[in-house]
Amino acid sequence: MNILHTIGEYALLMRRLFQKPEKFSVYWKQLIHELDKIGVQSIGIVALLSIFMGGVITLQTASNIDSAWIPAYTIGFATRQSVILEFSPTLISLILAGKVGSNIASEIGTMRISEQIDALDIMGVNSAAYLILPKVIASLIIFPFLIIISMFLGMLAGGFFGSAAGLISMVDYIYGIQFEFKMFSVIYALAKTFVFAFIITTVSSYFGYYTRGGALQVGEASTKAVVYSSIYILMANYVLTQLLLL
Amino acid sequence: MIEVRNIHKAFNGKQVLNDVSITFDQGKVNFIIGRSGSGKSVLTKCIVGLIEPDEGDVSYDGLSFTLMNNKEKQEIRKKIGMLFQGSALFDSLSVVKNVMFPLDMFTNLSEKEKLEKAMQTLERVELADSANLLPASLSGGMMKRVGIARALSMNPKFLFCDEPNSGLDPQTSIIIDNLIKDLTYELNITTVVISHDLNSVIEIGDRINFIHEGRVAWKGDREGIVKADSQSLNDFVFASNLMKKIL
Repeated sequence: MNILHTIGEYALLMRRLFQKPEKFSVYWKQLIHELDKIGVQSIGIVALLSIFMGGVITLQTASNIDSAWIPAYTIGFATRQSVILEFSPTLISLILAGKVGSNIASEIGTMRISEQIDALDIMGVNSAAYLILPKVIASLIIFPFLIIISMFLGMLAGGFFGSAAGLISMVDYIYGIQFEFKMFSVIYALAKTFVFAFIITTVSSYFGYYTRGGALQVGEASTKAVVYSSIYILMANYVLTQLLLL
Repeated sequence: MIEVRNIHKAFNGKQVLNDVSITFDQGKVNFIIGRSGSGKSVLTKCIVGLIEPDEGDVSYDGLSFTLMNNKEKQEIRKKIGMLFQGSALFDSLSVVKNVMFPLDMFTNLSEKEKLEKAMQTLERVELADSANLLPASLSGGMMKRVGIARALSMNPKFLFCDEPNSGLDPQTSIIIDNLIKDLTYELNITTVVISHDLNSVIEIGDRINFIHEGRVAWKGDREGIVKADSQSLNDFVFASNLMKKIL
């Protein structure tokens, strides 16, 4: 019953979300603000994680390939496949679920308990659309860019760390990165990113929007937002991989 | 004028409002008073449409709010201003932007016109000097005044004030009370104040509705409140030693 209630509440929230905005110019300003908050302010952490993630993948792949029969460029190839197919779209999305998701849930939750959402409703503003829609659109626009930055930096750092450690020459690494490259891998990764972006923003907004109580409940909403977003990302990852790759 | 007719509301089987009927007059400061947990806030939320009543009807100037669709309700809500207990100012917006918010959302005024109107409203609540401050840097009384300014920015016909004096010192409370009273008479609006501050009731209350255990236990004016023959109202009014001495 509880699950059905939650699904129903989420569906009703989504219905309110996609109603016609009261005034496009106000929503546009909100969208620009959210693009900065969700996207631009996440570039630092995405870059840092991607650099070390790419480096570690290269080192681990190299350390597990000690056969003379396996060409050196395989390290670059394996790094590229790992970064594009899984690490950048999924791992970075999980990190963003933590950073962006908890921020959204606590922001909207605080607005709920301090009656700011009631104030919007009484003014005649569709509070769900005003607060959540710009976040959803901003994340759908900006997450793919973050993931592309992550892919680029991850592969670049892999080559740098691999050659600095003397495990692979830069020439072999670049050859491996280009070896049998299929554009569909990137499309698949970006398709996953779109879905993950929608999950992170809507699930986190749901927990924030229906917060009841005080500061303790805002904290709980924030934790639930991260936990459930992460679970749904992993479930969606499995389904999308089954549908798109196999 | 706002009319509330036969409102019933229960939560998880517990009856919170039981056949509540009240008329709030235009150009008057109408009070809803009662002990904590008596149903004042639930009644207010039913009136403004934040909670759907189980039974009964609310009408604004003769138009049934309960029977309206969402679009029609939104139109009525544009005529409602509300001051919340905690002020409910938008944290990320400055004072002037808070006041301008409803104008941004619902009018096609130019940026200059909106700013002028917001500044006029802030001047009316004597906060023009604080226009660029963020809510976090305001005192409790200032936040209430910004809340009133925001509520007034769309020239409302109906003003709701939920516990306008909670957390304020007696002197600031008097300033807020006088502001509410003056604005009600000046703008000829229907004002509904939800409070348990008897000082405010005695100072500015034109019509008083006492809610006890989800029912309207007494209605009258401020002169009648001390002579009421309602035991629950007497218990409420004379609970404080100060009120016993004064009255």
